[in-house]
Amino acid sequence: MRRESRKRGGRKRERKRKKYVRREEERQRERERGKERERGKERDRERKGERRGERETGERRRERREEERKKEEEEEREKGEKERAKEREKKREKKREEERREGEKNGRREGEERQKAREKGKIENREGWRERRKRQGEKESETEREGERERKRGLYKVYISFVEVGPANVQTADYFKGVASFLIVSVGGTLVGLVFAVILGFITRFTKKVRIIEPLFVFLLVYLAYLTAELFSLSAILSMTFCGIGANKYVEANISQKSRTTVKYTMKTLASIAETIIFIFLGISAVDKSKWAWDTGLVSCTLVFILIFRAVGVVGQTWVLNRFRLVPLDKIDQVVMSYGGLRGAVAFALVVLLDGKQVRAKDYFVATTIVVVFFTVMFQWLKVPRSTSRKPTINEEIHERAFDHILTAVEDIAGLQGYHHWRDKWEQFDKNYLSKLLLRKSVYRKSELWEAYQKINIRDAISVIDQGGNVLTSARLSLPSMASRASFPEFTNVTNYLRENGSGVCLDLQVIDNVPGAKVEEDMETHHVLAGNLYKPRRRYQSHYSRHFMPLGEKERQDREVFQRNMKYRMESSKSTRHKRHKKERSIKKRRGSDPKEESAEKPRRNVSWHDKEPVLVPVDSEDDKAEHSEKEDDEGITFVARKIETPKPRPKSVPSAVEGSSSPLASPPSRPPSVDVPLPWKGGVGSPPPCVSVEATKIIPVDLQQAWNQSISSLESISSPPAPPTAAADAVHPRVSALSRIGTPRPASYTPSSTSSAFFTTSSTQLVHGSFLFPEKSPKEEEEEESFHELQPLMSTLKPPPPPAAVPPPPPPPGSAHSQARRKNPRVFLRSLVSAPPAGSTEPRSRGPTQL
Amino acid sequence: MGSRASTLLREEEIEEIKKETGFSHSQITRLYSRFTSLDKGENGTLSREDFQRIPELAINPLGDRIINAFFTEGEDQVNFRGFMRTLAHFRPIEDNEKNKNAASTEPLNSRANKLLFAFQLYDLDRDDKISRDELLQVLRMMVGVNISDEQLGSIADRTIQEADTNGDNSISFSEFTKVLEKVDVEQKMSIRFLH
Repeated sequence: MRRESRKRGGRKRERKRKKYVRREEERQRERERGKERERGKERDRERKGERRGERETGERRRERREEERKKEEEEEREKGEKERAKEREKKREKKREEERREGEKNGRREGEERQKAREKGKIENREGWRERRKRQGEKESETEREGERERKRGLYKVYISFVEVGPANVQTADYFKGVASFLIVSVGGTLVGLVFAVILGFITRFTKKVRIIEPLFVFLLVYLAYLTAELFSLSAILSMTFCGIGANKYVEANISQKSRTTVKYTMKTLASIAETIIFIFLGISAVDKSKWAWDTGLVSCTLVFILIFRAVGVVGQTWVLNRFRLVPLDKIDQVVMSYGGLRGAVAFALVVLLDGKQVRAKDYFVATTIVVVFFTVMFQWLKVPRSTSRKPTINEEIHERAFDHILTAVEDIAGLQGYHHWRDKWEQFDKNYLSKLLLRKSVYRKSELWEAYQKINIRDAISVIDQGGNVLTSARLSLPSMASRASFPEFTNVTNYLRENGSGVCLDLQVIDNVPGAKVEEDMETHHVLAGNLYKPRRRYQSHYSRHFMPLGEKERQDREVFQRNMKYRMESSKSTRHKRHKKERSIKKRRGSDPKEESAEKPRRNVSWHDKEPVLVPVDSEDDKAEHSEKEDDEGITFVARKIETPKPRPKSVPSAVEGSSSPLASPPSRPPSVDVPLPWKGGVGSPPPCVSVEATKIIPVDLQQAWNQSISSLESISSPPAPPTAAADAVHPRVSALSRIGTPRPASYTPSSTSSAFFTTSSTQLVHGSFLFPEKSPKEEEEEESFHELQPLMSTLKPPPPPAAVPPPPPPPGSAHSQARRKNPRVFLRSLVSAPPAGSTEPRSRGPTQL
Repeated sequence: MGSRASTLLREEEIEEIKKETGFSHSQITRLYSRFTSLDKGENGTLSREDFQRIPELAINPLGDRIINAFFTEGEDQVNFRGFMRTLAHFRPIEDNEKNKNAASTEPLNSRANKLLFAFQLYDLDRDDKISRDELLQVLRMMVGVNISDEQLGSIADRTIQEADTNGDNSISFSEFTKVLEKVDVEQKMSIRFLH
C-alpha cells in the first residue's frame, strides 16, 4: 500500500511534466520510428556508459508515450472509435516491436564488450513491449486475457502489472480485473497441474518393467506442468504444486521404493541447493552497497507495519475461524502465525525481480526486504514449545481410541453428520474411478493396513538391529531351545506372522523376537498390534455409504465384524435380563476362550480379514462350485473363500500376480487354497464390480435400515424365552438374520438367497453362535457343509502343506488336535507370506522353523 | 420438523435444560427434533430399541455401551432431559466457562465429567474400578478379530499394569485420570454441536 501511494505520488509529478513535453514527445516518437536502428546502437552504447541514467530517461520517454496513447485511446473511446484505436494500437505495437528486435540484432553485431548491455537491452525491450500489451489488456476487454497471462505469480504479478500500467491509470475497474485475473491465473494453474497429475499417475502405472525411468517421469512431467502453465501465462508455481499434490498418492503407490527414494533425495538436494543459493545471493546483496539504498524511515516503518498488519490480519481471521472451530486457536498460536510468514527467500527473490525502471524505489525496497528478512530470520525471540514426540502409552492408545468411538457414536445419536460430506463424495469418486484409472492393479487392491505393517516391520528391523547387532547371530544359535516362547507366546507368534508378511527383513527379526527379555520389543509389538487392530472410528476412517456400492476394504471388514458382534450382543442381551447382561457376556467370553472349535473359527477369520475383499467376493462364485468347496474347503472361512474365487478366474490371471508377489512359482493350484487366495483380492475385484450387498450394506443404508431394523427388532422382541445356551440363542436369532438377508437379496439382481447367506458365512465375525446363526436359512446344504467342514479339517490341513514348494512344509497337524493354535498358525503364516512379501518366498523355510517350534 | 419440535418443547423446559446443560436455545431445539425423530414410539422417551435403530451405531464397536450410558441404572427409557444431560458431556468447553463455573457446581462438560463418562463405559459393575475383565470386554469390542484372546489378555494386563498404582490389579477412576492426564480430553471428548 505504502509503496503504491509513494509511487503514485511520483507518477503524478511525472504526468504534469508530461503535459509540457507532450509535443516534444510526439516528435521524439517520430524520430524513433525513423531511426530505430541507430537508436538501438545508441542505447547500447549509452547503457554501457551510464546505464541508470539512460534507463531513467528511456523510462520517462516511454511512459510519456504511454500516457499519451492512453489519453488518445480514451478520447477515441469517447468518440466510439474503439475498434480503430485498437487496430492502430496493435499495428503500432508490432512495428515498434519489430524495430526493437532489429535494434537488438544490430546490437548483437557489436563487440563482445557490449554483451551485457545488450542482454539488458533485450530484456528491456521486451519488457516495454509487454508493458504496452498489458496496458492494452487493461483497457480493452478483448486483450484482457493477454494481460492476465502476464501476471504470473499471483498477487505479486497483479501488483506488478498495476505498477507497470502506472498508478495514475489504474481505475477502479482495474482493481476488480486484477482480482479476477488473479483468480484466473491461479485456478488455471491449478487445473493445468491437476491435468498433469492425472497424466503422471497414468504413466507411472505402466512403468513396472522400466523402473529406472520412473523418477525421470516424475521430474519431467512436473516440469512439463510448469512449462505448460508458463506457456499460457498461468501460475506455473501453482500448477507444479498441484501436480505434485494430485499425483502424490498414485505415483507413490505406483513407483518402486527405489524410485521413491531417488525422487525424494533428488528433490531434497535440489531444494537445499536452491535455498543455499538464494541465501548466498541475499548475503552478497546485503553487503553490496550498489544494490540497495538505505532509508531509515522506510525500513523502520516497514518493520513495524508488517508486524502490525500481519497481526491484525491473523487476529481477525482467527476470530472468524474460532467461531467454527472445535478447538479455538489460542493467543500463542496467533502470535506464531502473525510472526511467521513469507519473509524469507521468496520475498527477497520477488523484490529483486522488480523492474528497476518502473519501480524506481526498488533499491529502497531491496534494502528494506533485506532488513526484514534478516530481522525475522535472526530474531527468533519467540519460544515455540517443541513438539513432544512422545509415544502414547498403551493406556492412552486404548482410551483415546475409545474416546473416538464414543464421540462418533454420540455424533450419530445427536444426528450430527455430514461434516465430511464432500470429502466422502470425493473419496468415493477416488475409489471408484481415479484409483482404478491411475493405480496399478496390484497396488490399488492392497490394504492400507498391510502397507502400514510393512513399513513398521522395516522400521522395527532396523531398530532391532541397531539395538543389538549381534543379537541376531546369538539368537539363531539359541533357536533350538526356544525357551522364550513360553513367556509371551501368542504375541511373538503374531508378530512373527506379521513380520513375515512385511518383508524379507522380518525373517531374521522373527528369530530375534525369541530372544528373552526383549521388553522394548514387547512394547513395540503391543503398540503394533493395537495400532493395527483397534477399530478405527468413523471419523478417521470415513465410510462411504452408497446404495449400490460398498467399497471393499478395511472399513468394511471392520463394520462387518462390529455389526455382527453388536447384533449378537443385542440378541443376547434381549434374551437375558438387562442387568445380568455383562455377566452373561463374560461367561460367554470364557467359554469362547476355552472352546477349541471357536478358536478354529477364529483362525480362518483372521485370514479373511486380512484380505478384506474376499468375504465379499465369495457369494458370487459360491454357487458354482459348492461341491468343490465342500470337498476341500472348510478348513476355515479363509480357504473356503479362496477356493471359490479361484476356480472361476482364469488361471493365468492369478498366476502372474502371484509370481509378482512371491518368487515361488505356483504349483498344483487346487491343492493349495491359501496361496491362491493371495492374488484374489485384487484379481476378483477388478473384473467385476463386487456384488457386495451384505448384511452390512442393508444395514447402513438408512432407508432400508428402518425396515430392517424394525423387522429385526420385532423379531428380537418376539424372542422372549429365558436365557438359553448359546446354540439355542443362535437359533432364536435367525429370524432376524433371515429378515436382514431377505432385505439384502432384492438389491442385486443376481442375488440368490444362498449367496446372501454364504456372504453371511464368510463375513460374520467369529462367534460361537456363528455357525447356526448363518445357516438356518440355507439349511440342508449348508448344514452338510458345516459338518463336512469339521470332518475335513484334518484332511484340509494335510492338504495345505504341499503349497509351499520352496518352503519347508509345516508339519501337518495331528488330526485330533488340529485346532490348537500353534499348529494352525503354520498354514496361515505361510499364506500370509505368500500374499505379501515377494522376498519371503526364498527365505521362508528358515522363518517358518521357529514358528512351528 | 424443527418448528414442530420447538412447539412441543415448552419455553421453561428449554430454560431449565439450558441452565443444566449449557446448550444454547437453538441447539436444544435442534436436538429436540432429533430426539423426536428417534422416538418411534412417540411417547416422549427413547428406549434402547430406539437407539439401536440408528444405523451407524450398529457398526460402532462401542455403540451399545454408549446406548447404555444414556440410561440410568434400572431405567428402560430416557426422556429428553436425560438425553440432553448425556449429550452435554460432549459439549466443548468454552473459554468463558472455565472461569465462570469454577465457583459453582461443575458443569457436565468438565474434564472430570468427560473422563467419568468414559470411565463408566468401562466400568460395568459400577464399583468404580475397571477390572481386567471389564477392560478385556471393551478391548474385545474395539479390536479386530486378528487378535487372539491371549494377546488381548496380555494387552489388558499390560494396560492395567501401566495404570495401576495401588496394586489392586484394576484401574480406579483416579488412576484412569492420571493415566490420561497428558491427553487433551477436553478436545478429544468434545463435539461441535451445531448452533
